[in-house]
Amino acid sequence: MNNEQKKHLITYLANGTRYDGRGLLEWRPIHVETGVSQSAEGSARVRVGKTDIMAGVKLALEKPYGDTPDQGNLMVNAELYPLSSPKFETGPPGEQAIELARVIDRGIREAKTIDVKKLCLKSGEKVWSVSVDIVTLNDDGDLMDAGALAALAALQAARFPGVKEGIVDYGERTSTPIPIDMHPVTVTVYLIDKYFVVDPLPEEEEAADARLTIAVDEHGMVRALQKGGAEKLTIDQIDKMVGIAVKKAPELRKLIK
Amino acid sequence: MSEALLIKDKEIAVPGEIIAQGMGFVPNKGVFRDGDVLVASKLGMVSVEGKVVKLIPLSGKYIPKAEDKIICQMTDVLLTGWRVDTNSPYSAVLNLKDATNEFVARGADLTQYFALGDWIVCKVTNVTSQKLVDISTRGPGLHKLQGGRMVEVNAYKVPRIIGKDASMISLIKNATGCEIIVGQNGLVWLHGAPSQELIAAEAIKKIEAEAHLPGLTDRMVDFLKQKTGKTPTMNEQHQTTEGSES
Amino acid sequence: MAYAKRFDGRKFDELRPITAKVGIIPRADGSAMFQIGKTTAYAAVYGPRDLHPKFMQNPQTGILRCNYNMMPFSGHGERVRPGGSRRSKEINMVMEKALIPVLDLKDYPNSVVDVFVELPQTDAGTRCAGITAAAMALADAGLEMKDLVAAVAVGKVGDKVVSDLIYDEEAYEEEGGATDIPVAVLPRTGEITLLQLDGGISPSDLKKALELAQVKCREIYEIQKKALKQKFVVKA
Repeated sequence: MNNEQKKHLITYLANGTRYDGRGLLEWRPIHVETGVSQSAEGSARVRVGKTDIMAGVKLALEKPYGDTPDQGNLMVNAELYPLSSPKFETGPPGEQAIELARVIDRGIREAKTIDVKKLCLKSGEKVWSVSVDIVTLNDDGDLMDAGALAALAALQAARFPGVKEGIVDYGERTSTPIPIDMHPVTVTVYLIDKYFVVDPLPEEEEAADARLTIAVDEHGMVRALQKGGAEKLTIDQIDKMVGIAVKKAPELRKLIK
Repeated sequence: MSEALLIKDKEIAVPGEIIAQGMGFVPNKGVFRDGDVLVASKLGMVSVEGKVVKLIPLSGKYIPKAEDKIICQMTDVLLTGWRVDTNSPYSAVLNLKDATNEFVARGADLTQYFALGDWIVCKVTNVTSQKLVDISTRGPGLHKLQGGRMVEVNAYKVPRIIGKDASMISLIKNATGCEIIVGQNGLVWLHGAPSQELIAAEAIKKIEAEAHLPGLTDRMVDFLKQKTGKTPTMNEQHQTTEGSES
Repeated sequence: MAYAKRFDGRKFDELRPITAKVGIIPRADGSAMFQIGKTTAYAAVYGPRDLHPKFMQNPQTGILRCNYNMMPFSGHGERVRPGGSRRSKEINMVMEKALIPVLDLKDYPNSVVDVFVELPQTDAGTRCAGITAAAMALADAGLEMKDLVAAVAVGKVGDKVVSDLIYDEEAYEEEGGATDIPVAVLPRTGEITLLQLDGGISPSDLKKALELAQVKCREIYEIQKKALKQKFVVKA
C-alpha cells in the first residue's frame, strides 16, 4: 500500500467510516458455533465477517512437570493454513502463527482461565494436559481476536473423555467440563494515522502504524498485552487503546456465554 | 438417433455432465464431443445458439491477452523497467520505453515514474506462448492511479459490470459521482467521496453476484435510486476511462 | 460368526449421510466442503498461480500440487502432531494422481494449481473425502475438467463386501479381518484413478467391490453436481 492509497483509507476514517461501511469501533457480524469437530474433546468455529477460524481442544493424561507436580498442563498452538489465504505457506509455523499462539496462550494462562490444580489426578504422576489448536479457514483480517474467542469457546465446550485403568478412552465422553474460572477475551486496537479501529480488514492491517492486543478478563483487568506494528505509541495512546478494549471486551464475551 | 438437449440454455452445467445428445449439435468453448454426446468440460452456463452449444464460464482466474485494459500493481523496479502484478497467474514487465517518451538517463531513479505499490491502468501489448507478458502505459486513458481504493471482482463478470457500451458503469458513475476504472483482470478502482464510494462498491459487488440473472439493469437502477435517493441516469456519450467490452 | 449387521446399522452397500457445499472459503479461487458421516474435508484451490521454486516449473503445462492435512484435533484418539508425515506425503501423491487425469492445465505453462485439504474431524475414508471435496473445488475454480472425480472406500469386513468403511470396521479382526480399498472414479466413464488396498481379498470379491465403488461414486457425483449448481441459486 503506497502513501496515497493509505491517505485515501484515512479519509474514510476521518469521516467515521471504513471500506465496508462500518464505524471505527464496530465489529463485523460474529458467529460462534461449537461442536464443529466430533473428534476433539471441545471445538468451536468463529466467523467474524468473512474471517473464519476454528479451535479444537484435545485432552491427554501426562506426567506433570517437575516444578509443578500437582498442576495440569496447557498448550496453545496456532496454524495459519495455506488453505485460508494465498499469503500463507505450507511448512512449520512462521512468526505470525507463533505470535498468534503465544499471545492467546498468555491471555488464557495469565487470567487463570483454567484451574490447573483441578487437572491433577495424582500428584507427581498423572495430570491432564490441555492442548488448544487454533487453525485458520479464511483470513479476512483480525485473526488474533477471532482466534482467542474460538479458543475460549472450545475450552468451554470441552468435556473430559473417559479413563479406564489409568488410560484415556477417547471413545467415551463424560459430561464433565474443564474447570474454567475466568473468561478473558482479546481486543486488538489498531492505530492508523490518528484513528483507532477494531476488527481490521486486511487493507487496514496493512495500513496500520501500530497495534495493541489486549486480553481483558470479566473484572476489566488487563491480562496480556502485545504491541505490534512498526510505529511507536505514547502512554496516552496506550491508555486510550486499553480503554477501548475494556469497553469492547464484554461485547465479545457475551457471545460465548 | 434421437437428438435432445439435456441441459437447457442459461442453465448451469458441471464438468463431465452431458449437455446434449445427437450428432447434430456442434460443441464450442467449454464443451467437447465424446461419441454421440456433448459433455461440459468446466463449470459454466449453457449457451445454445442454433445447434452450437458452448459454456459461459462463471469463475476462474484472469489470463492476460493482448489489447486488454487491466489494472496492475508495481512489485519490483528492474534495470530498464518494472515488474508488475497483473492479478493473474503471470506477472508482466513494463519496459521504460512503454512507460514514457521522456529521455531517461542510464541509472536514473525509475521510482520517480512508478514506485513500488503504485497502481496503474495499462494495456497488455504482447503475450507469448510461454505467457511472458508485456504491458504499456502509453495511450489514451492509461496512467498511474492516484490514491483511491480497489474492489476485486470475478474477471468473468467484468463485461456485465461495464455493460453494453459502458451503460452499466456510467449508471453507477452518474449516481455516485465517483471516478471508476474497470480492469479486464477483475480489479475495479474507485475514487470519490467515501459515502459515494461505498455505494459504488456495493453496486459492483451486487452486479458480480447477480450477473447471470435476468433483469440486472432494472435492479441496479432501483438499487441506486434507493441508495442515493435520486433516479440515476444513463450516460449516452461514450466513456473512455473504462476497459473495453470483451 | 459372520459380520451380520454393520456397527452403525447401515446396509452393506449404503453410504453414510453426506453433505456437500461449494464456495466455503471466500479467499480461495475455488473451495468446497464434503462431509460423509463423521469425516469432514474442506478443500481450497489457489491458482493457476506463479510456481516457486522455479526449478519445479514445467514450460509445457501447469502442474497440480495437493496438500492433505488432518487438523491436530481431528484424530480418532490422541492429538495429531502438526506437520507432514510419510503418510500425508503419500496421500498428497495419490490425490494428485487421482485428480490429474481430468484436468487440462496446458494453457497455464510454468504455473501451479494448489489444492489444500484440511480435515477437522475424521472417521475413516479421509483421502476419499479429500479427493471428492478437491474435485468440487477445482470445478468451482473454473478449471478445464473432462469430468469430476468422486471417491469412496470399499472393501470387505468379515465375509461381507461393503462400501464406505468406518474406523470400527477397519479395525474388525474376526474371520480374516477387514480389507480397505480406497477408490476414485470418473463418474461419466466409470474409470478408476485411485486404487489402494490393504487387507486380503479374493480376485472375484475385488471385482465385486470395485463395481460397488463405481455405483457409489456415481451417487456421490449426484451430490457434487447439486452442490456446484446450488452455488448459483441466488436468494431473491
